[in-house]
Amino acid sequence: MGRIRRAPDDSPDSRRGFFLTVIYGAWSLIGAALATPALLYLFLPPKVRTEAEWIDAGDITKLQPKVPVEVVFRKNRVDGWKITSEKQTAWVVELPGQKIVAFGPQCTHLGCAYHWEDAKSEFLCPCHNSVFSVDGAVVSGPAPRPLDRYQTKIENGKLLVGALDEPGPKS
Amino acid sequence: MSFKTQLRVWLDNRTGIETAVRNFLYENIPASSGWHQVLGSVALFLFLTQAFTGALLAFNYAPTPGDAYNSLRYILAEVTAGRLMRGLHHWGASMMIVMVVLHMTQVFLYGAYKKPREATWVVGVVLLLVTLAYGLTGYLLPWDNRAYWGTVVATQIAAQAPVLGPYLVRLLGGQGEVGVVTFARFYGLHVLLLPPATLLLIAVHIYLVRKHGVAPEPGDEALPAKKFFPEQAFRDTVAIFIAFAILFVLAVAARVPLEQLADPTDTTYVPRPEWYFLFLFQTLKLFEGPLEVVGSVVLPTLAILALLLVPFIDRGRMRKVTERTAAAAVVVLAAIGWGGLTLAAVASTPQQPIAARVDFSQPTDWLEVSPVEMAGIGYFRQENCIGCHTVGSGKPKIGPDLAARSIRNTALWMIQHFKRPSAMVPGSAMPPIQLSDAQLNTLAAFLLKLNARNAEALQSAPDFAVEGALIYQKSQCGSCHSVNGVGVKLGPPLNGLKQRRTEQWVQDHFRNPQALSPGSSMPPYRFTPAEMEKIVAYLFVLPE
Repeated sequence: MGRIRRAPDDSPDSRRGFFLTVIYGAWSLIGAALATPALLYLFLPPKVRTEAEWIDAGDITKLQPKVPVEVVFRKNRVDGWKITSEKQTAWVVELPGQKIVAFGPQCTHLGCAYHWEDAKSEFLCPCHNSVFSVDGAVVSGPAPRPLDRYQTKIENGKLLVGALDEPGPKS
Repeated sequence: MSFKTQLRVWLDNRTGIETAVRNFLYENIPASSGWHQVLGSVALFLFLTQAFTGALLAFNYAPTPGDAYNSLRYILAEVTAGRLMRGLHHWGASMMIVMVVLHMTQVFLYGAYKKPREATWVVGVVLLLVTLAYGLTGYLLPWDNRAYWGTVVATQIAAQAPVLGPYLVRLLGGQGEVGVVTFARFYGLHVLLLPPATLLLIAVHIYLVRKHGVAPEPGDEALPAKKFFPEQAFRDTVAIFIAFAILFVLAVAARVPLEQLADPTDTTYVPRPEWYFLFLFQTLKLFEGPLEVVGSVVLPTLAILALLLVPFIDRGRMRKVTERTAAAAVVVLAAIGWGGLTLAAVASTPQQPIAARVDFSQPTDWLEVSPVEMAGIGYFRQENCIGCHTVGSGKPKIGPDLAARSIRNTALWMIQHFKRPSAMVPGSAMPPIQLSDAQLNTLAAFLLKLNARNAEALQSAPDFAVEGALIYQKSQCGSCHSVNGVGVKLGPPLNGLKQRRTEQWVQDHFRNPQALSPGSSMPPYRFTPAEMEKIVAYLFVLPE
């Protein structure tokens, strides 16, 4: 058949070039094939397998308008491979227009537990004196955002509490 | 001088890094070097990959018996790329053993251990033992039945060692049984002690290789030496790339099973070590009674000693590999012996009971459902509902998604719909389902249980369990017994039956209840052997 053309790349230099190409190429592929799953593994959030639950947080018929009440309930918390049942609290208040709101119990500044000051009718955080109004808005102090709220719904006069709506790392 | 060159010179003057890398890469190697010498590099690469994937697994792993299993299931079912990481680590372990043995075989065939390279060989043998120690200790860490029972056997073998036995057992934390202490010791060995030891040994091994140079063959003296870089580095890279590609494909495509949580009371489980220890396991069987120690301890010890002594026994001058027929014969004999023992072990492995073959590496929500819902899966499959419906995910089909909340309705509505689809959903193209009312009710129960989150897990229910639940329903076991909290508590609840009774007992009890439980009001059941197997397997797979 046809003449076999002598490959022009038989010189020591092009041989070396070929070796280097293969070496760099193969190691880049191996590095990418290990690094990509490793990054996914570390940075993507795991699948959530448990259904969001609604927890009975008690009777709301006795609530007085604009007087927050601290309510304690038990909630299953999924923590990695563990599901723990733990005590949680919410400050429940009826706002004008018969709107019921449940606030998360932690100050939005640094996560301290705040409380309701009856005399002043406001929420006060003892750590750095953040003050919130009855509807959760920041009145004064270093708190960067209003109080976080639980998802809520009302069935047969009972308050059902869902997930706590927290803004992401950057609100 | 350009800035880049200046920077390089500055850095090299301060650290010597460039000189060191140069010295390493441009090492002289004999003219005969070639493809046969890539295996050690591949083994080293696999070790580093193991360290990497192992560290990543440890990020999501709780090293205590109770949590180990749950955290591994979390890695497999919930963490992104978790299954891949475990696959890489699992198959990487096997490949590393293969590669270390191949590397050693090559060195043996070529006689590369001869003077002055005896120490290199001895360190290499120790590295082989360390690799096996990783396999032994890592085997326990999933804490499933396989891990637990395999380790029970291994520690009992260690206990047989003359004189050292009891101390070895104490060191491994096995005070008569495998428990939390053994687990902690194995984990400590696997991740804290062995890796730095390996690194140190590898460093010594490579130092010795560099000190003495790669072993030349007769005739190399007359030829000019070659450089390691780039030609031999290219060969190493190609070999490593092929090994990595195989490892990656295995990790993606070959499912690594996870069995049920370790159950020390399980009397039906057949322990088996990892494949590379099977030959040892089989050797044990050749010796019985007081001679057992020969198979478990004496022979392996002699084999290790023989390996260590190889360079001191074979002390002749270097010869070409093609002239080393005795060495080739030893390799062939060893391979035949190893292969024969391994095959014999595989052939003599009794099948695990069905319930032990459930794959727990994926969600097992089906274990939690009631028998009627489980039996519903049977009719769901029998009627081929997924021919027209999607369930949770997948390409849209002609019928609606059965896992969607919006189509959920009452059982009564569903049963009427099954009988005359167009009556409930005008224009429905669904054919009526030809099942009895009770069967339709069962099917409806399953569909009511179904949602987008559990769809995949419920559909993965193994056939034996579904068919077992069908038999359970047909035999109306639920009118006296309960499963997963559903049913009547007239008879004993059936969860945890496995912990209370043997399979044989349950089978005998079905045939003649009063013979085994005097005063029982349970009627006898005449199942066919196939039915009997399925109902018992279903009852035995139920969670405690």
